[in-house]
Amino acid sequence: MFYGVNLSSRLLLGTARYPSPAVLERAIKASGAEVVTVSLRREGGTGRAGQSFWQFIQSLGLRVLPNTAGCHSVKEAVTTAHMARELFDTPWIKLEVIGDADTLQPDVFGLVEAARILAQDGFEVFPYTTEDLVVADRLVEAGCRVLMPWGAPIGSARGLNNVYGLKSLRAHFPDIPLVVDAGLGVPSHAAAAMELGYDAVLLNTAVAEAGDPVEMARAFALAVEAGRAAHLARPLEPRDMAQPSTPVIGKAALGGL
Amino acid sequence: MQIFLNDDAHDVDAATLAAVLDSLGFAGRKIATAVNGRFVAAAARPATKLADGDRIEVVAPMQGG
Repeated sequence: MFYGVNLSSRLLLGTARYPSPAVLERAIKASGAEVVTVSLRREGGTGRAGQSFWQFIQSLGLRVLPNTAGCHSVKEAVTTAHMARELFDTPWIKLEVIGDADTLQPDVFGLVEAARILAQDGFEVFPYTTEDLVVADRLVEAGCRVLMPWGAPIGSARGLNNVYGLKSLRAHFPDIPLVVDAGLGVPSHAAAAMELGYDAVLLNTAVAEAGDPVEMARAFALAVEAGRAAHLARPLEPRDMAQPSTPVIGKAALGGL
Repeated sequence: MQIFLNDDAHDVDAATLAAVLDSLGFAGRKIATAVNGRFVAAAARPATKLADGDRIEVVAPMQGG
């Protein structure tokens, strides 16, 4: 599904902002995720947080998708991607080039440029982008074989802000794996994305900051499965007029007109 | 000479990136490095000579979304 790797779970889960590593571990299990996102940050000579997190990640035995979160320039994102590739020993990179500090909206111009540089260097790029079709085209042209449009701004829990745009993107790229990344708040948002025919969803805050992250992870897993099944079952198109579900023919004549 | 590691100034005697990292407690650690904004692969650290004022970035795995 992603760069030749087949996965059975269509939910990718972030590892940040959980109340504790134990809750994180249980949430990952409950979600059924086979891919977890990770990041990298500065560490001093006496710091041990990164080393223990690394051991934790290894103990999970899952695929990791490192990100370039917080990068605002092409250079920063490219250098971060190189550091991530070495650190996590994977060509996969969730490429984020942030253009606006308030909305965390991707800088799509920088994103395309960084994607091209990284793809040429052997990276398998998962670009965090908007639902813009032309940008998506440029990303594919740059070598991306997965696209990850936002549902809504990161951490906003608003769901799918532009269903029409996401639908167009799906129709335009029938053969490119599409992942709704960011902005999901509740499982129905994930189900809606899957019903549109998206291949997967990536979420973090909606699970990590829920009152009960483990139960929420399970709820999202169910929603993703339900949405996928619904997509495959070919849902009805909405219509304007009512259509009786119970046949009218053969109805008893009981005095009405 | 003086170098900066994650913005903190250090006076060091060692001349290479690998030696400086060892002297500052990073031996055997799971880290990635950059010097003056350029990625330096682990294998290249012993041959990477440092100059006064160089800025080293050291990062480690962390939780992310």
